[in-house]
Amino acid sequence: MNITFEQPKIKESPNYLNIQYGWQSWLFTTDHKRIALLYLFSITAFFMIGGAFAVGMRLNLTSPHGLLFSPETYNKLFTMHGIIMIFFFLIPSIPAVLGNFLIPLMIGARDLAFPRINLLAGICIIGGVVAVAAVASGGVDTGWTFYAPFSTTYSNTHVIMTAVAVFVAGFSSILTGLNFIVTIHKMRAPGMTWFRLPLFVWSHYATSIIQVLGTPVVAITIVLLGLERLFHAGIFDPKLGGDPILFQHLFWFYSHPAVYIMILPGMGVISELITCFSHKAVFGYGFVAFSSVAIAILSFLVWGHHLFVSGQSMYAGMLFSLLSFMVAVPSAIKVFNWTATMYRGSISYDTPMLYAFGFIGLFTIGGLTGLFLATVAIDVLVTDTYFVLAHFHYTMVGGMVMAYLGGIHFWFPKITGRMYPEGWARFAALVVFVGFNLTFFPQFILGYLGMPRRYATYAPEFQSLNVLSSAGASILGVGYLIPMIYLAWAWNRGPRAPQNPWNAKGLEWEKSPSPPPTFNFDEMPVVTENAYNYGDESVHAAEARG
Amino acid sequence: MSLSTPRKRADKEDPLAESDVTLEALHPPELRHHFDTPEQQLESSLLGMWIFLLTEVMFFGGMFGGYTVYRNLYPDAFASTSQFMNVTLGGINTAVLICSSLTMAMAVHSAQLGKNKALILFLVLTLILGCVFLDIKFVEYHEKWVDHHIPGPNFQYADARYFHQAQILFFLYFAMTGLHALHMIVGAGLITTLIVMAARRRFSAQWYTPVEMIGLYWHFVDIIWIFLFPLLYLIGHTK
Amino acid sequence: MTHSIVPAKVYAGVWAVLIALTFTTVAVSKLELGEYNFIAAMTIAVIKGTLVVTFFMNLKQSSSMIRLFVAAGLFWLAIMFVFVLSDYFSRGWQPLGQWW
Repeated sequence: MNITFEQPKIKESPNYLNIQYGWQSWLFTTDHKRIALLYLFSITAFFMIGGAFAVGMRLNLTSPHGLLFSPETYNKLFTMHGIIMIFFFLIPSIPAVLGNFLIPLMIGARDLAFPRINLLAGICIIGGVVAVAAVASGGVDTGWTFYAPFSTTYSNTHVIMTAVAVFVAGFSSILTGLNFIVTIHKMRAPGMTWFRLPLFVWSHYATSIIQVLGTPVVAITIVLLGLERLFHAGIFDPKLGGDPILFQHLFWFYSHPAVYIMILPGMGVISELITCFSHKAVFGYGFVAFSSVAIAILSFLVWGHHLFVSGQSMYAGMLFSLLSFMVAVPSAIKVFNWTATMYRGSISYDTPMLYAFGFIGLFTIGGLTGLFLATVAIDVLVTDTYFVLAHFHYTMVGGMVMAYLGGIHFWFPKITGRMYPEGWARFAALVVFVGFNLTFFPQFILGYLGMPRRYATYAPEFQSLNVLSSAGASILGVGYLIPMIYLAWAWNRGPRAPQNPWNAKGLEWEKSPSPPPTFNFDEMPVVTENAYNYGDESVHAAEARG
Repeated sequence: MSLSTPRKRADKEDPLAESDVTLEALHPPELRHHFDTPEQQLESSLLGMWIFLLTEVMFFGGMFGGYTVYRNLYPDAFASTSQFMNVTLGGINTAVLICSSLTMAMAVHSAQLGKNKALILFLVLTLILGCVFLDIKFVEYHEKWVDHHIPGPNFQYADARYFHQAQILFFLYFAMTGLHALHMIVGAGLITTLIVMAARRRFSAQWYTPVEMIGLYWHFVDIIWIFLFPLLYLIGHTK
Repeated sequence: MTHSIVPAKVYAGVWAVLIALTFTTVAVSKLELGEYNFIAAMTIAVIKGTLVVTFFMNLKQSSSMIRLFVAAGLFWLAIMFVFVLSDYFSRGWQPLGQWW
């Protein structure tokens, strides 16, 4: 295939985008690529809604007395921001969009193992519409954590409606994970052994384990919460003999591993980006692959670090603290391996790579501050301060959203068959990086100085840092809007993309045209080499250049 | 079946456009386009079903966890409330469910042998036993309703010491058996679908995957009850 | 297809054992055994569950991968129980003294 950028206008060959038209061909499709696009559009919408709540909060916090909203409204803002961003953006983002699109392509399959279940999962994301309906009809003010007994007894907002939304989204997540596991086990092309799988697939396998084994627990927790709110039997109400900490245990049994549902796919994307733009095989493939699985397992052993100050036994706290340190080991292995991959590689600074750089730096900061928080003695001081907030935004936004944007840019030619404008994209990546750090770094300082999270007002001495953070948020917002605009433009007007614009390795680039046909491959591939077989030439080329 | 047949991309309109006899043999009507062989499809379905059942294990596991915590916190109250659990009805229901598991296993057995009439017979028996279970469950719930043992504003409990704690146990009782009953209702609906499919002669000794899948689900629901029965009904003497 | 057909009498035998165990567990619960009542009830329940999984659900003939998944599921369930209960059981413990 020697298609060039300046290819003359010819009729497109049949692909998954042009084979059928009409809304029914999209809403009732079982093609994993089309379902991925349905996810892409819905979660982009949710991202904008969740982002709007964040804008509201940052605006409010420019003044110590709260610029715009009453404390009640502010409570609803941060709650809806959390619920929408976590359950309807972060959790489905990379798995449901990129994972859905790429896993069958990467392993050489025609589709996921259960295309109709995939469609069902895709439709379940409409649970988000219920959440938005809950917002429209008055919102919810419990925080995304739904802590009892406030959520079960005292809150007068739409807790049950939101709980239903989260339950339905959880169903979607479980079905996606189930589909991925079976697909990766059973649908690999001939020759695609486990240790030839791209690391993206390994990280999604690990993610799916968490989705399948963790999500049902939060589902039942939410069911119990809803029943308790209806019947007031007191299962989580200390006044009636219940134990609210039980709720926290069950909730975090899922919700801590859930942060790895959010970050592991991002790590998979970064592994692909780093190796492609360093033109070099990943350093220590086995370590990176197994560290994903190790994270999936260890992530289930650390949830108690969310309960250090909520009345959990001191000994359980010590145990969970120790285990929390352990989960840093596989994460660090990944960071070291990415760095080692870049060492002596011939690095090109395309947009996806810029996002990968951003990911490594910001995720490292987020991860290291996580170690502070895993230390009981420090956590007692900074619990529920902006320090915690900054920590998880560094991992979730600085990590996951960076990886998501990097992945979207990287696979944009494959998804749409078009190239995006590189200049604008690099500019936007820079704006996002600067805006992000301006927004969240001051929050580390604020938290360390003792500003508590989830309040509409604050002490006047915190104002300058808060204004700085809000200013950064506006830059970050612009940084997110620019890609939406130029990607939408490029989708229609961008130059045609060749099959493999990055000279990347992997079945999706080497064996499938851009955009792929409905059944992914014109001829079903047979795999004969390991992943990332960039050979030694690239390294020699880099050496020759000095 | 030879795997050396070259794997060809199936065309959208006619998946067998370029087929020869061997490829046709590889594509019986139940084989969906994205699988290569019926074995691959069956193994995928089985694995998928087992993983789904694991999610169910974790789903019920959360409630069993909550139950364990409260039983350890309030052993006396739990022993006291157990006198209001109807062991006879619960025991009969256990037996009913075990029988329905047997008929379900026999349904799969008949399907494997390609005996369609026996398959329909065993499926109908399973459905009837499932309905008997739900009916008995309803009688039990009605008893609780009459005795004001439904958690909530109308909850009453004779022993004032244990009022709140008993309410928590009854809450768990209704949540656990209620969700179990919900799974039974879903299962009954699925079995009805199977009966219709079997009546239309959709199954054969070569392809009976839905019977096997739903059989797995039905046995799993049975297992949940096997644990619910001693935990909820038989705690009278344990302190 | 992938596995051989289990004879019907195996199913009937398993059914008979399950029914017998149901009567046993009711009978044992009437005895005054203290803590052992609970242990006996759970042991019988585990045996019954294992029988259903092994024979009715045909785990015996399933692939080793499916068995691995079942084991993993039970392991995760165990994680939940052990760690949640580790909190509740250690709540009453005294704080560490100067022994260290």
